[in-house]
Amino acid sequence: MRGLFHAASRALLVLASSWACLGLAATAPAAQPPGDPDPALAAVVRDIEAGKLDAALKKVDALLERFPNFRLAHLIRGDLLLARTRPIATFGNLPEAPADKLSDLREEAIVRLKAYRNRPPNNYVPRYLLQMEQEQKYAVVVDTQRSRLYIYQNDGGRPRFVADYYIAHGKLGAEKNREGDKRTPIGVYHVTANLPKQKLSDFYGSGAFPISYPNEWDRQQGRNGHGIWLHGTPSDTYSRPPRASDGCVVLTNQDFDAIAGYMQIGLTPVIISNTIEWLSLDDWAAERAALTRQIEAWRKDWESRDVERYLSHYSKSFRNSDGDLQQWARQKRLVGSGKTWVKVGLNKMSVFRNPGKQDMIVVTFEQDYRSNNLSNVLRKRQYWMKESGQWKIIYEGFA
Amino acid sequence: MSKRALAVSLLIGSLFCSPLRADPLQDLQGLVKQGQLAQALERADQLLASKPRDAQVRFLKGVVLSELNRSSDAIAIFQKLTEDYPELPEPYNNLAVLYAQQRQYDKARNALEMAIRTHPSYATAHENLGDIYARLASQAYDKALALDSSNVAAQNKLALIREMISVGGKTTRPAVAATPAAAPAPAAKPVAPPPVAAASPAPAKPAPAAVPAPAPVTPPTPPATKPAPVAPPAATMAAAAATKPATPTPPATVAAKEEAKPAKRPETKDEAPPQAAAVAKAVQSWAGAWSRKDVKGYLGHYAREFETPKGLSRKAWEEERTQRLTKPGNIEVELENVKVVSVEGNKATVKLRQHYRSLNLSTSSNKTLNLINQDGKWVIQQERVGG
Repeated sequence: MRGLFHAASRALLVLASSWACLGLAATAPAAQPPGDPDPALAAVVRDIEAGKLDAALKKVDALLERFPNFRLAHLIRGDLLLARTRPIATFGNLPEAPADKLSDLREEAIVRLKAYRNRPPNNYVPRYLLQMEQEQKYAVVVDTQRSRLYIYQNDGGRPRFVADYYIAHGKLGAEKNREGDKRTPIGVYHVTANLPKQKLSDFYGSGAFPISYPNEWDRQQGRNGHGIWLHGTPSDTYSRPPRASDGCVVLTNQDFDAIAGYMQIGLTPVIISNTIEWLSLDDWAAERAALTRQIEAWRKDWESRDVERYLSHYSKSFRNSDGDLQQWARQKRLVGSGKTWVKVGLNKMSVFRNPGKQDMIVVTFEQDYRSNNLSNVLRKRQYWMKESGQWKIIYEGFA
Repeated sequence: MSKRALAVSLLIGSLFCSPLRADPLQDLQGLVKQGQLAQALERADQLLASKPRDAQVRFLKGVVLSELNRSSDAIAIFQKLTEDYPELPEPYNNLAVLYAQQRQYDKARNALEMAIRTHPSYATAHENLGDIYARLASQAYDKALALDSSNVAAQNKLALIREMISVGGKTTRPAVAATPAAAPAPAAKPVAPPPVAAASPAPAKPAPAAVPAPAPVTPPTPPATKPAPVAPPAATMAAAAATKPATPTPPATVAAKEEAKPAKRPETKDEAPPQAAAVAKAVQSWAGAWSRKDVKGYLGHYAREFETPKGLSRKAWEEERTQRLTKPGNIEVELENVKVVSVEGNKATVKLRQHYRSLNLSTSSNKTLNLINQDGKWVIQQERVGG
């Protein structure tokens, strides 16, 4: 009798330690919202690791009372029950089980536990959130590799962590390129609409927030496809495996409802990354200051009416919908000759770093342009890219 | 499972009371055993008219109602019995069996855990609980993997379970005959009356009688909820019996009483064709060699072209087995429900339930063995867990 249980717990231990190998060093996690199953899940695994299978089973039962359709918990429950009758060898001890479904659940377990045990570090912020404009109350940052979505609050310009959630993304991963490639795009987007549950099929669960893929940069790169949404989960399951969607970012319905309140249509940024880069607040402040200076230099050079100085901020590979750098320069030189004075105000500016290997930032602002012969207020977006150590504008257009 | 458990419970049930009014009770028991259920029910009601609280009679009535498929009536009786006599494990066990028939596995589990809480050494409850856990696990897996009845895997699983039920039934019972232990322990307190030729050959399954009960008085560490596949009755198999505990523990009280049961040895059924008997014998001999830690004998039961697991080489496999077999400590291998599924020419398939116990591991698992006749000897060509 003892023997059996030792064997069983050993088997689960193998499993648990294989999770541990993935860097799941236990750290005391912060308090989580009550709708989050992960603390309970982690407690179950802790019990399994300690060989306390009875306690683990009780906890799984309690977990399933709260989340009756939580498939991962059902699987662990199956293992724990089976461990009472014979030694179990692996995670999901159903020899004839479809291997893909098992590995889906296994991955879900891993990402959930990892996320729970490795909370976002205090006093670190995602590198992408360099500056939110005043009206942007919250920002969404997604880490596809960790299957995690983070909500940050705009606290006087500084991003402050609010909550994070498990998500599923594209079946074939991230870096969307083509329509139907079942990948989730990487980039800086924003929420464009709110589609209520009533207008959608059960597949989308609690509702959907479409985002602005493909953005200006995506289009220039020739990326296509459409209909990338943040949305909920079908009613027959609590959550979907980490890689499940055709490119959308999928939350559980509870979590979707929780984030719905943060969303401002047309305004809330949604930044999707492969792996979030975290910056200490000091580094973040320094990076932000450097970029602010850079943008300010561009603005001042524009006001200086020295067209060549102004044009020096633009990349040789600059392009927008009107053409390339040559056309842009010709137009500026043409207009510049008639100016006796120029005043440029940049308001409601947001600065977000584009995730990925390239050093790129996305700057959005309201441009208050005044001059001797023309005045207007336009909403604009620029993409800046670092070229040989210098930040250059690679795209500029209306937003 | 259900049949077996009920049958067993019936036997035990007849014993847990003092033999006060042996006669009317024996009458009633006789009727039940002969399957004269209507009369049995009538008799039970008569007896209850004068002694409405009599646990023994109520229990038997519950059994009769179960046999008559009047599950909810039977459940009511056993439920009430558990309330009136919470210290008796049998009503809990039967309650569990009935719940399990209704696929209410959680309720079944609770009932069995109660039975074990009061009687940690109650083998039937442990066995049943093991089955219940397996079914609950299967349900959990179905939910986890969103398997439904259209899914082949799920169907297989269920079929397997059904088969386990039917195994306990009347049709299949080859070599493993119900032979309640030939008193394993001379040390046993002579509480047990001498074998009475009582039982009809009906007893589906060996009663848990002969289980060398783990310390019956103070249940060791309490985890009453932790079931363990308790080894089946000792005397089920010659091979196993041969290696039976060097140090026989005194049987628990329940077990001792069980000794009272008897004695007819249904032995190998004559309907089994001679080849099937030879196959079954080979399998028993294999288990025997294993239990004796007789490496040479054990390996001799494997065909030259035995399909080694995990793609091991024959040599590596033999080394692994040798190492396992020669580890310190006793090994007990007991086979249950040995069923020769097919014999065709020089090939045979056997399904069985294997209870393995060594110093640090106890397991019970279903196995399927494919045997071939090699040089006039049945040897194992493939060994699979499951099926």
